[in-house]
Amino acid sequence: MSATSPTRRSLLPFALRMERRLESPRGLGALTTIGAVVVALLISAVIIWWQGGDPIDVYAHIVRSSLGSIGVVSDTLVKATPLIFTGLACSVAFRMRLWNIGAEGQLMMGAWGASAVVLVGWLPDGTASFIYLPLMLLAGLGMGGLWGGIAGWLRARFNVNEIITTLMLVYISQEWVKFWVFGPWSEGGFQMTERFPREAWLPRLTDHSDLVSDFAGLTVHLGFALAVVAAVAVWWFLNRTGKGYEIRLIGDNPRAARYAGIDIGRTIILVMLISGALAGLAGAAEVSGVVHRLQDNFSPGYGFTGIIVAFLARFNPLGVIVAAIAFGALILAGREIQPAGIPQMIQGVVLFCVIASDVFLRYRVRLVRR
Amino acid sequence: MTETTLAVEMRGIVKRFPGVVANDHVDFDVRVGEVHALLGENGAGKSTLMNILAGLYGADEGTIRVHDRVVKLHSPRDAIAVGLGMVHQHFTLVDSLTVTENILLGLDEPRFWMNLPLYEAKVESLAAKTGLAVDPAAKIWQLSVGEQQRVEILKMLYRGAEILIMDEPTAVLAPQEIDELFETLRGMTAAGASVVFISHKLDEVTRIADRVTVMRRGQVTAAGEPAAGKTKRDLAQLMVGREVLESIDKATVSPGQIVLEMTGVSATSDRGLRCLDAVDLRIRSGQIIGLAGVAGNGQSELAEVITGLRECTGSIKVNGQELANRPVAEAIDAGVAHVPEDRTGIGSAPNLSLTDNLIMKAYRSRPIGHGWSIDDSVARARAQELKDLYEVSAPSINTQARLLSGGNLQRLILAREISSEPGLMVAVQPTRGLDVGAIETVHKLLLEQREGGMAVLLISEDLDEILMLADRVAVIYEGRISRSIPVGEAEVGELGLMMTGSVTDATAGPTPRA
Amino acid sequence: MNLELALAAGISSGTVLLFAAIGELFAERAGVINLGVQGMMFVGALVGFSVGYNIDPWLGVVLAMVAGALLAALHGLVTIHLQANQIVSGLALTFLGTGVALVLGEGLPSGSSPLLPVVTLPLLADIPFVGAVFFSEQSILVYAGYLLVPLTSIWIFRTRPGLHLRAVGEQPSAADALGVNVYRQRYAYVMLGGALAGLAGAYMTMSQVPGWHADQTFIAQGWIAVALVIFGQWKPGRTMFGAYMTAFIFRLSLDLQGPKELFGIPNIFYEYGPSTFVLGMLPYITVILVLVFAASEANRKRIGAPASLGTPYVRGERGH
Repeated sequence: MSATSPTRRSLLPFALRMERRLESPRGLGALTTIGAVVVALLISAVIIWWQGGDPIDVYAHIVRSSLGSIGVVSDTLVKATPLIFTGLACSVAFRMRLWNIGAEGQLMMGAWGASAVVLVGWLPDGTASFIYLPLMLLAGLGMGGLWGGIAGWLRARFNVNEIITTLMLVYISQEWVKFWVFGPWSEGGFQMTERFPREAWLPRLTDHSDLVSDFAGLTVHLGFALAVVAAVAVWWFLNRTGKGYEIRLIGDNPRAARYAGIDIGRTIILVMLISGALAGLAGAAEVSGVVHRLQDNFSPGYGFTGIIVAFLARFNPLGVIVAAIAFGALILAGREIQPAGIPQMIQGVVLFCVIASDVFLRYRVRLVRR
Repeated sequence: MTETTLAVEMRGIVKRFPGVVANDHVDFDVRVGEVHALLGENGAGKSTLMNILAGLYGADEGTIRVHDRVVKLHSPRDAIAVGLGMVHQHFTLVDSLTVTENILLGLDEPRFWMNLPLYEAKVESLAAKTGLAVDPAAKIWQLSVGEQQRVEILKMLYRGAEILIMDEPTAVLAPQEIDELFETLRGMTAAGASVVFISHKLDEVTRIADRVTVMRRGQVTAAGEPAAGKTKRDLAQLMVGREVLESIDKATVSPGQIVLEMTGVSATSDRGLRCLDAVDLRIRSGQIIGLAGVAGNGQSELAEVITGLRECTGSIKVNGQELANRPVAEAIDAGVAHVPEDRTGIGSAPNLSLTDNLIMKAYRSRPIGHGWSIDDSVARARAQELKDLYEVSAPSINTQARLLSGGNLQRLILAREISSEPGLMVAVQPTRGLDVGAIETVHKLLLEQREGGMAVLLISEDLDEILMLADRVAVIYEGRISRSIPVGEAEVGELGLMMTGSVTDATAGPTPRA
Repeated sequence: MNLELALAAGISSGTVLLFAAIGELFAERAGVINLGVQGMMFVGALVGFSVGYNIDPWLGVVLAMVAGALLAALHGLVTIHLQANQIVSGLALTFLGTGVALVLGEGLPSGSSPLLPVVTLPLLADIPFVGAVFFSEQSILVYAGYLLVPLTSIWIFRTRPGLHLRAVGEQPSAADALGVNVYRQRYAYVMLGGALAGLAGAYMTMSQVPGWHADQTFIAQGWIAVALVIFGQWKPGRTMFGAYMTAFIFRLSLDLQGPKELFGIPNIFYEYGPSTFVLGMLPYITVILVLVFAASEANRKRIGAPASLGTPYVRGERGH
């Protein structure tokens, strides 16, 4: 009986012995993650089958409708774009053990901010893209950052649990957007605003089909490139800057961080600002690059899926890109799958399996004959 | 005490942990009515052995007999059921509950409804009978350390423990309290109980023990030999295998400018009680001031106040710069180094690499930091340099800090702190829990820095260490610091009395002179 | 706007929060944070309604609690045995529970009459005002809620098992050294929390707003329940107060939208449709304010969460 498992009188002729690992072999993290995903897919398959569906069919459909052709690959990347941003947002915060689960709300406010630039109407008609777009993105960044910053300030100043505050802010942001969409900005009484002028659209590949005919119909937009750039920037920030070092230190041992002279309160606010800003960019990119208007249900939970993306990537910004594409595929295909709860369920199972698999990083599990 | 009935008999005990054999075929026995000391330096395996006896660990091999019956101890409950009770070094008391509630914890009685007054009376009578006075209705956090230890003992006695295992019980006691404890133990053994006394303090062993067992590196080097007639030298040799009594060549250094000047500093602890009371202290460069005192008299708070981790009233000047209530970063920039008591909880980041741990103070400035960014290759080169220089034993600079042994972790921390070229070093219990080799290294480093002109505040529970290293010694008791006297003039007995507040300075109020 | 009716409605919907919050209180007192409350509520709602509608209401209630407890057992397995991060595990379970419930709930009827008896207590209902609010026309589970609070209080503070619970939450190593099985205690209370969350969900779909409404039924109840435990300072009575008060504010934000006039002035919420969304923000802002209040109070009075909350317990860790 090892010192790390509770006392058990086992009926089985063997026992599971858990031994603390002294060091983690390279690549073990990726291996356990992939293993966890496989297990999760199996579990989901069982549930789907129990409900009366055909899991093979469902999975085949997912793969086909996300990777089957250039067209759908482009669609997948479109769905992945906001996920990269929210995945980054969550990764940065989670690295510091700041549980920002309200990325959805920061995304909403970012979308609202970007839309406001257009809909408030203080830019004259025909203003060029290179003025519109940076302003919209800036506004998205700013509003998202503000939204995250509120929760960060509450945590730093009052030690209020950020999990609940960021979540409450999600619901508040939804009401806020609904107000504007149903009210002052409503297009003829419908639940959406008017369409943005062409100059306020993020350029898509299909916009340039006159130059390259193969681009026709490909709706992947500049936002994707921006997201990849953001991922690299976040990687550099976390690993090659002083602030990034502080974030990693606080995440590992806040008391040591204090001892080292780091102002934790200020860092909390900074990280929430950055995290919120990234999520805000997701919203801005969506309304500018995909929807081209503001409506109250344009996000199928990108902010929440971002949480899972962050975990799957083990908070590594570059891994976020890969995980985001995987989940983008899932969301894309999931729109057509019945019953409607399957993508969410799969997400839950995957997240669960991934964190359960963490144990293999800390312990070596062996079967021992009794 | 001529009875040779065995209360406990452990044979062939083997216990392995990843990377180390903590107990290597150990035999150990305890006679009824004796005090049996279990000696060994840190890491020798004595705590592990006793944890097995107390039911916390399971032995990989070997048998245990209690009163001649073979027992299998799968949990502390099993151990208590056969009369084995352990008083740990770190108390297992729930702070927010009362004494009686703590004593009743885990018992089958009261069945369901807590009838506290009834049980408080029971506890009170038990306490009176054994001479361990304590208020049954007090909450644990309100008690002094010595009183808390009494609660721990009562806990075991209430459960009918006849064999008491005490793990470094005197580490937290002042000399007078130690005397009281020894008297209590003698009373218990006279009444038929047996006591296992784990310690690494050689004088206590010669005072209280009937027999001694010495362990080194997981093996027994002296089994159950009579304590009478053993000298400290003999025991030390058994503990380490060589003559260990450290001899230090302390160079004479004439103290320079005043580096640290504290005037009228008072502070409140986390519990809202006053923990520092109008402290005055001065340290000059090239000087080690040793602050002796039993843990819990304000030492941690003193270190925190100097390094910026705690608020205070009064003035703290380092090289003329006022640092009281300033942010930690300012203290660091002003050249204050801090070797904290809690190596893993405060002094290091367990899951980060050695490199990341080593740059904790240096990352903001050149050559590692440039504005906002960090030059990774410079950081790694520096880390490798320090690792080699301070002989931190680890696979590489990428190893996670939590994998280091206590001694190596302390080397890492010292490497970091010393390399920042501080003017003042605050070292709190720097050698606690370290093996002899590491202790020597730490002492050597501190003396080297002193010769180089650093001012050192050495806060330690180990009076021997202070007398060996320091130039002047002062005593802290209940947040007040006595005046400091040159080590040459210090008298251990008098210091001991000051540590328990039995004697205050001859002068009215603390006025130290450096 | 009838104040009595509004308050009574507040009590009714507050009972959902009450069950979930008391469940979470038990779990947190044992040292385990369970953010999966939302998912367990959803699962309980599904099981309660589908079994209750098709077979038998009381069986539905029981099975809903079992379902919640099973999901909580998963949380326990991952956090207690595998020592994963409690916060994340809870989040994962919320996704999981919600997703699974949505998948398995396909095709259930979206409206129904209450499946559980609605009761008016004879003498007590006649007390002016109080009677109308608390004792008239309330589901039987509401009365169960009234009883749950003092029972919880007594259990925690006046019984031996309660002593063990408190010890496990504050200092598991101390409890362990004395033979209290920390793992078993934590499992038990986490599962109890899950069962109560399942009950909360079942109450919702069986009594409060009967029927299976897939998307909007639960909006934020689970999370608010967690916040209420913090506000309640881990004491049952205060948590109950928070639950009813929050539910009342939700109700209020709905009621304020209805009448043409409020206190004599034209009701802006009636006049300008979209402004109701601003009103809709009110409950969530209240929760935030409540948390700020609780946090600054805790700071002042130096009270706080059970000391070991959120930390996995490993026996005999070798430290330095």
